[in-house]
Amino acid sequence: MKLYCLSGHPTLPCNVLKFKSTTIMLDCGLDMTSTLNFLPLPLVQSPRLSNLPGWSLKDGNAFLDKELKECSGHVFVDSVPEFCLPETELIDLSTVDVILISNYHCMMALPYITEHTGFTGTVYATEPTVQIGRLLMEELVNFIERVPKAQSASLWKNKDIQRLLPSPLKDAVEVSTWRRCYTMQEVNSALSKIQLVGYSQKIELFGAVQVTPLSSGYALGSSNWIIQSHYEKVSYVSGSSLLTTHPQPMDQASLKNSDVLILTGLTQIPTANPDSMVGEFCSNLALTVRNGGNVLVPCYPSGVIYDLLECLYQYIDSAGLSSIPFYFISPVANSSLEFSQIFAEWLCHNKQTKVYLPEPPFPHAELIQTNKLKHYPSIHGDFSNDFRQPCVVFTGHPSLRFGDVVHFMELWGKSSLNTVIFTEPDFSYLEALAPYQPLAMKCIYCPIDTRLNFIQVSKLLKEVQPLHVVCPEQYTQPPPAQSHRMDLMVDCQPPAMSYRRAEVLALPFKRRYEKIEIMPELADSLVPMEIKPGISLATVSAVLHTKDNKHVLQPPPRPTQPTGGKKRKRASDDIPDCKVLKPLLSGSIPVDQFVQTLEKHGFSDIKVEDTAKGHIVLLQEAETLIQIEEDSTHIICDDDEVLRVRLRDLVLKFLQKF
Amino acid sequence: MDPECARLLPALCDVLADPRQPVADDTCLEKLLDWFKAVTEAGSSLLLLQDHPCLVELLFHVLKPQDLSSRILSFVLRLAGIFAAQENCFQYLQFSPWKAEPDSLGSFILHFQQGELLPGLFGEPGPLGAAAWAAPSVRSGWIQGLHSLAQHPSALRFLADSGAVDTIFSLQGDPSLFVASAAGQLLVRVLDLALCGPAEGHISLQAWDWPACARKIVCHLEDCLRSEATPRVTQALHVLTTAFGHCHGLWTQGLWVQLSPLVARLLEKDPVPAPHALVDLLLSVARSSMLSSDPGLWETAAQTLSRLSPTQAGPLAAGILKLQDCPQALRIQAFGVLLQPLAFVLEATAQAPGMPGLLEGAAGDLMAVDTLPPSKSACVGLLCSALAHLELLQPLVGVARPASALAAGLAAGTDAPTPPQPQRPSPWPQAPLLAAVVAILRLCNGSAAPNSEAGGRLCAMLGGCVRVQRAALDFLGVLSQGLGPQELVTQVFAILLEYLVSPDSSPTVLKKAFQATLCWLLSSAAPPGCCDLEPYAQLVLGELLSVLRKRLCSPCWEVRDSGLEFLTQMTRHQGGQAGFRQALLASEVPELTRQLLQDPESYVRASAVAAVGQLSSWGLLAAPSSPEHAATPQKTPLEELLLVLTTDSEGFPRRAVMRVFTEWLRDGYADVAEDPERFVARVLQAASGDLDWEVRVQGLELALAFLEQLLGPCGPSAVAPPGALAQALQALCRVQLFEFAFRSLFDCDRPVAQKSCDLLLFLRAKAIPSSNSQEAGDGPDVTSVEAALRRWQAGEQGQPLGELAPEAVLAVLRSMDLEALQDTLAESSDHVERSPQSLLQDMLATVGVLGDNEADCY
Repeated sequence: MKLYCLSGHPTLPCNVLKFKSTTIMLDCGLDMTSTLNFLPLPLVQSPRLSNLPGWSLKDGNAFLDKELKECSGHVFVDSVPEFCLPETELIDLSTVDVILISNYHCMMALPYITEHTGFTGTVYATEPTVQIGRLLMEELVNFIERVPKAQSASLWKNKDIQRLLPSPLKDAVEVSTWRRCYTMQEVNSALSKIQLVGYSQKIELFGAVQVTPLSSGYALGSSNWIIQSHYEKVSYVSGSSLLTTHPQPMDQASLKNSDVLILTGLTQIPTANPDSMVGEFCSNLALTVRNGGNVLVPCYPSGVIYDLLECLYQYIDSAGLSSIPFYFISPVANSSLEFSQIFAEWLCHNKQTKVYLPEPPFPHAELIQTNKLKHYPSIHGDFSNDFRQPCVVFTGHPSLRFGDVVHFMELWGKSSLNTVIFTEPDFSYLEALAPYQPLAMKCIYCPIDTRLNFIQVSKLLKEVQPLHVVCPEQYTQPPPAQSHRMDLMVDCQPPAMSYRRAEVLALPFKRRYEKIEIMPELADSLVPMEIKPGISLATVSAVLHTKDNKHVLQPPPRPTQPTGGKKRKRASDDIPDCKVLKPLLSGSIPVDQFVQTLEKHGFSDIKVEDTAKGHIVLLQEAETLIQIEEDSTHIICDDDEVLRVRLRDLVLKFLQKF
Repeated sequence: MDPECARLLPALCDVLADPRQPVADDTCLEKLLDWFKAVTEAGSSLLLLQDHPCLVELLFHVLKPQDLSSRILSFVLRLAGIFAAQENCFQYLQFSPWKAEPDSLGSFILHFQQGELLPGLFGEPGPLGAAAWAAPSVRSGWIQGLHSLAQHPSALRFLADSGAVDTIFSLQGDPSLFVASAAGQLLVRVLDLALCGPAEGHISLQAWDWPACARKIVCHLEDCLRSEATPRVTQALHVLTTAFGHCHGLWTQGLWVQLSPLVARLLEKDPVPAPHALVDLLLSVARSSMLSSDPGLWETAAQTLSRLSPTQAGPLAAGILKLQDCPQALRIQAFGVLLQPLAFVLEATAQAPGMPGLLEGAAGDLMAVDTLPPSKSACVGLLCSALAHLELLQPLVGVARPASALAAGLAAGTDAPTPPQPQRPSPWPQAPLLAAVVAILRLCNGSAAPNSEAGGRLCAMLGGCVRVQRAALDFLGVLSQGLGPQELVTQVFAILLEYLVSPDSSPTVLKKAFQATLCWLLSSAAPPGCCDLEPYAQLVLGELLSVLRKRLCSPCWEVRDSGLEFLTQMTRHQGGQAGFRQALLASEVPELTRQLLQDPESYVRASAVAAVGQLSSWGLLAAPSSPEHAATPQKTPLEELLLVLTTDSEGFPRRAVMRVFTEWLRDGYADVAEDPERFVARVLQAASGDLDWEVRVQGLELALAFLEQLLGPCGPSAVAPPGALAQALQALCRVQLFEFAFRSLFDCDRPVAQKSCDLLLFLRAKAIPSSNSQEAGDGPDVTSVEAALRRWQAGEQGQPLGELAPEAVLAVLRSMDLEALQDTLAESSDHVERSPQSLLQDMLATVGVLGDNEADCY
């Protein structure tokens, strides 16, 4: 069993598992942190961005000044943003049989894999994952395509030139493989390869393994996966949460008794408690708005935003903010808010019960009804008519490199009354802000990451007791900034195996058994013999028939009666020769009795020696040795076949035959 | 016993003896026992039994083989004990010839011969051998009965002869903890009775000369102490603890001399059996004036301190430090035990050598790494208890500075009188203690980066632990009385700020952090004369206010509430200081506070009211800067609070408003002092109609403050001069204070009536010379007023009193018997229901109901 690790990002995994002749890709996350190296794409012409000075080498050579721009000491690529794809060279991706998706954040690289690698398999995901994943992709494509950029920089990627660049461009990995965003057509084609599954549904893959999605509690439709055969079980744990937010709670019990547990998608901010962060978010929001400032919340169009809106729903009246408008701007804002209300069966129990009242499960419906929350596809159109300040704006993209958020950063960045509150943990907020420096606006970092933390993981591992744990290398040591925090790492026995990008792990796990069916008529013919109380044995002579990873023992063909005349030779050719087998022996030889028997049969001068493995019976007169060991008995005599057969028969008297 | 009770008693005894009429509520039985106890303490039990033969019949009834409930059986055992506590009654119950009397059916109910009652109840033939003994309540009743009875030599003989002592021994191991504990106490009672009689002077200190019964008990205790079974050792230690704690006879010395070697020998075992009980015993002995002179005791205590684990030894060490007279060496050792966990933390987190250790020079070695409790909960428990013990050692008496008083108030949480404080160990290692507490707080919030292995383990165990954080912050607050080196004080403020800023601080931790910060800020204020904060405290204050600003917007109401409390306290103490005023006015805090008057949570509104009251009395409520309020004209704080008083739906904010108003009136707050009459009139009008009785009581408090302002303070200075009096009465009439006071006099809530009564008594003392009080004179006609008052008393509160002239008020005051009213009000409201008569009636009535139901079945 082997694991090919195509992504080094712990929460955006992409691994390939080879298990029992199947090749299964586990998630295909897209690392978008590469876009932080690019200049933002402004929706409205930004004089500030377009007038940034070009970057030149120390010696004054300015051949890169078209491609690289400098802003407050940082250098950015002035081009269409590009993404860092999972490894495509490590394994031939056309051999991947299936792709299992665990949540909508972990499928963003799907079009790159399904459309450009010769992939011909099936993708499995739950319905909300597909629908919301589609929204995220649609938003991404929309953000990038609506700001066409003529220029595509590639000079800087030259290895010799990249060496000369300042950090972090100098240290960016595998820039040559970075790709521009996919198109909507590719998205549609990729999504058409997805087959929808429900929690606990058992899906057979070629009869060899069975895969099952389990609720993981992290997002609408998010799942962990069980991949099992008759005798082996591999659990794949991706983004999971034990907090009570909107999705169905995590199914932990089904992860028990795994041989291997692949653990990814833990919280990226282990020291921040989501509840305190929500409190911090609310306090800062209220403070800013009370002072007449605006609040900008860069976010994804689905996920934590539902919980944030719910918290604000409870908070705004108490904080006296009922008159403040909340705007949610995204090309998919409307669909996201509406989709969330229709996936009742994927929601936590509390929200499910609301549906029967009948009430919308999420209170943002009421915020919309009362006009406190308004949503728009973009800043153009209706929004510019309704726009009122001070206000709170939720919009993407959290990287601050594209989407409507770029406009608000440019618009509000100059005033210290305004605040930008970062809630998505995927991007370093300092790096995200770099192209907007100098910035007067206040910045608050309240990362809300509901995924498992290390305390929860150690409890989980204690409970489900996997034999082996495999996880990204980041989880096997404390975070670099807090090297003394031994509590901030996965702690289990035996120690977890770690992987990094482009590594192939041989999982320490041997397959020992295979299930074989016996045809009824063959089973009927067996004659079991009890060799110990409760244990019976029978010999089987049969033909092993293997097809689609299923093994069946069929009765051997009867010896063909010689039929006169026309022989159907071809039929009998295939039938293997069935020799009459020697009987099998079992039991042990009690040495004392054996010696007595030998004596009775006229052997004398018998010596017995104990050896490490058993005994040696020495017949000195006959110059013969009988080695008796646990699983074999040897009679060594000097070319005296008669003697050997006599001795053999004496030995056989003590053994059972069948 | 009053005749009515005497009349009801036979019926009640019948009911109790009737198994078909179970008493459902056993609190009745408890009350009944209390009553009998009171009756027998006031008079002779013998006479009581002779006057009420039904009681003896009840006692006898129990002896009949029948299905009595265990409750009644237990009750009768205890009742018999109460009667037999008097020696003559004891003998009566044991030896008097009984007359057998025929009952209504003509059969004789007394089948027992004389002398069989008490053995029948407490001896082998009684419940002891019967099935009823399985009920813990019966065993408990048996013990309590004997405990009451064991008061005289006859009882002692009875106990010795009946073999009860052996039964008590076995009950010490009873599965019911109540029974087991009562058995131990009974043993002590028996010992005391045996050794403390009239012959006490002759009692030898040598236990082998003691009476047989006492010798038997001592032997039993010796056996237990020698036993390998920990529960038996524990039993013996409990008995000894009770004996030395409650008995003060000379014999206790003899007992200690006899048993102390055995106690000391317990320390040789590994592990030491029953450590908690041992600690209790040693402390009980050390506190006993008879025994504390024994030098062996201190030696044993010292050994115990070193033998027990830090967790077990902590309470002993704390107890030793509270003792008035104990050897200095032992005190130092005990202090060392308490310091050990902190010293360990300090050592484990030390970044560089050079910092003075906590235990340098003190006895005791530093805890080794492996003695750190392995589990998180044990480690947390050890640290918390060490911090709590040390907190109590910081002397609070004799320091009159506001910070310490505040710390005491905050720590205690109430105004209860503090028990005598132990002497602070000297030298008191203030600086290392501060460093240790700061280190603990850093470990808890994850900001410590220890290099050592032990530090790493501590870090993992204490990370995010709310219990330790609270204990450490409490202790840190208390340490503010001692100050420390500047560098450490800076660290203290830094860590406090970290806690206040951190979004991960839980609301309770945050509250403690606010309290500790307040203590440190106040103790950093320069001496009262020169009125300003130290420069660094001023810096801290700036950051603090920006934190406070955010905390006041928290979605968690507890956080908003503790933020406001902090602001109120801070303003109360620092409101006059320029640095504080400047920083506060520059922040948005006052405006936010004002907005919190509309908070959805009533507790927060109440705290906001207190804060607004405090801020505006110091002139710190600036005009609002936020644009949303700019359009509407700003209300004064007085108007805003009046609005709260008249419109708020919850009691807490309204009560808070009344407290602020009373304070404002007393302190002469500017807006109030302008026209106090109008202010009082408006407030009283609002308060008088309030549904919350505490608001009405506060209204009377405010009225009292107003009275004092007009007539001079309460005290012996007696009558006010006539001119001032007339003016004052006029003013009081104008604000309609009398209407409010008289109405309150008949308020359905007793505290309101009491307060009003006090107020009117005060007024009468000021207005009417005592010589004059009976004089009716030709006063104005007050019949209409009195009629109105009578109607109010009858509950018709709707009727207004109408205009009142000062003379009429005086006349009414003269004619009312306020003292009698005060006495009536002083009796608790259930005094009627609590009478024995009512109890008996109630018990009979419940049975009556049962009887009715039975009849219904036909």
